[in-house]
Amino acid sequence: MKKENSENKGFNRRKFLAATALSGAGTLMGLNVVFANKLPKGTEPLALGNFAGKVPEGKHPELVILNDRPWNMETPPHLLDDKVTPADLLFVRNNGHPPSKIDEENWTLTIAGESVEKEVTLSLKDLKTKFKHYTYQLTIECGGNGRSEMNPPAKGNQWSTGAVGSPEWTGVRLKDVLEYVGIKSNAVYIGYYGKDVHLSGDSKKTVISRGVPIQKALEEESLIAWAINGQDLPVLHGYPLRLVFGGWPASTSGKWLDKIVVRDKVHDGPKMGGDSYRVPRIPVEPGTVVKEEDMKIIESMPVKSLITYPKSGAVLKQKRTMEVRGHAWAGDLNVNKMEVSIDFGATWQVCELAQPKNRLAWQHWKAEVEFPEEGYYEVWAKATDSEGKAQPMVVPGWNPKGYLNNACHRIAVKVLA
Amino acid sequence: MHKYLKIKQLFFFLVLALGWYACTDDTSRKDEQAEEKPVETEVVKEEVFDIDSATGLVIDTGFQMVRANCIACHSANLVTQNRASRDGWKEMIRWMQESQNLWDLGPNEELILDYLAKHYAPKMTGRRARLKDIEWYELKD
Repeated sequence: MKKENSENKGFNRRKFLAATALSGAGTLMGLNVVFANKLPKGTEPLALGNFAGKVPEGKHPELVILNDRPWNMETPPHLLDDKVTPADLLFVRNNGHPPSKIDEENWTLTIAGESVEKEVTLSLKDLKTKFKHYTYQLTIECGGNGRSEMNPPAKGNQWSTGAVGSPEWTGVRLKDVLEYVGIKSNAVYIGYYGKDVHLSGDSKKTVISRGVPIQKALEEESLIAWAINGQDLPVLHGYPLRLVFGGWPASTSGKWLDKIVVRDKVHDGPKMGGDSYRVPRIPVEPGTVVKEEDMKIIESMPVKSLITYPKSGAVLKQKRTMEVRGHAWAGDLNVNKMEVSIDFGATWQVCELAQPKNRLAWQHWKAEVEFPEEGYYEVWAKATDSEGKAQPMVVPGWNPKGYLNNACHRIAVKVLA
Repeated sequence: MHKYLKIKQLFFFLVLALGWYACTDDTSRKDEQAEEKPVETEVVKEEVFDIDSATGLVIDTGFQMVRANCIACHSANLVTQNRASRDGWKEMIRWMQESQNLWDLGPNEELILDYLAKHYAPKMTGRRARLKDIEWYELKD
């Protein structure tokens, strides 16, 4: 089966070429491209950004587009009400462009690196036939989810609350594949390489190559997956093959998976160092310039929750009670307690909290709240993890790239007399 | 009856044609606006600036430089959704030059930085902003 990447049409090469043909080299839509002669080889300016922006095929039309080159879209909280997140409602965080041509028949995965016994290349068919299949519901969340609240602002896509989802993933255990290949005792980390294309168009550039410590890689729920909710992965989500590490920054769950390297040191691919997916080792004053050696890699994501019903802005006429519900998750841990407040955190009401479907799946919660009188209310939601850590009410520790904002989710409610 | 239908049909086609005309006219107008004529406005420091309808960028000195250099590789949304000081924007340019194949901006760098620092500067929001953009609706169940 061959699948063309239809989502990549925003990349309007033909339009650009037509424009250059009309107006001469070095101009774009009648504008001079300054220093056009300095464009690196293999790099061409693309057509101008699409400000209006339309959600690509296969994604829900109400997703919020943060970026269309590359695609970055988040899900409004009330659209995350499903217990298992449908594929069209899962956020998209791409660092580059998906590969333009994908040939599933001839897709391979290579396992290499200093700490493998021997380099092995498996076809997608080998993966599907040689190893046992597993399906898990796994929550993935972008490390930068909540960045838009950081002050001073942090650069990057300004996610609000919607860079999270918990679909069911099907594939094989990374552990089974690594055991089949054979890994040395000095293995400390795995890194991935995907077939996505760098924004500059430079084919020699790796878009992103992150990974996880070997202990996380060998967990039962760590998957090399080809399906989401029983269907082939959509192109935007890594078709035909990707990694899924529940509870860790979603950037570790590499898409369009081509190669896994087993390393004898912490993986050092692009976006493993500097400010990328790293936070200060010790809390810093907002706005501090933090030295590279004082940063640490984000591992398990912090405890967090969302109110997925009702949608913010609910007006209650002639009634004082309301059902509230949502999901809670806590990285590698479980959520042990879920509470809501209707008085700005002064008092808290304990919610009914379900166990996860499996480890690393989000947990559903619900409560019936009663408003004492008419007025403007906010419902605040607070989850507490199995180690006793709860979500903060204000934006937590500032960090240069604005990661890990797990401040409580809030919705607005008006009760009429 | 027959005649009435005909008139109705004619009217229908007329409406269709008018609609089509309006649509095409609108798009061609939009294309022109993308070049010169902006449609929306935003207030910045009591000065009124137009917003470029194609990119969403504020139209002011430096706009064309930003459009020509910054949007070659990435979407304009990556500029418009971010806020930083002049130094912060400079840092982003250096990072793009070091790792993302951004070319030397030469003397235009100053112009670009002036523009970004003026229109996309941080706003002090405190530790948690109030809920905004609430769309009120009646909750029925």
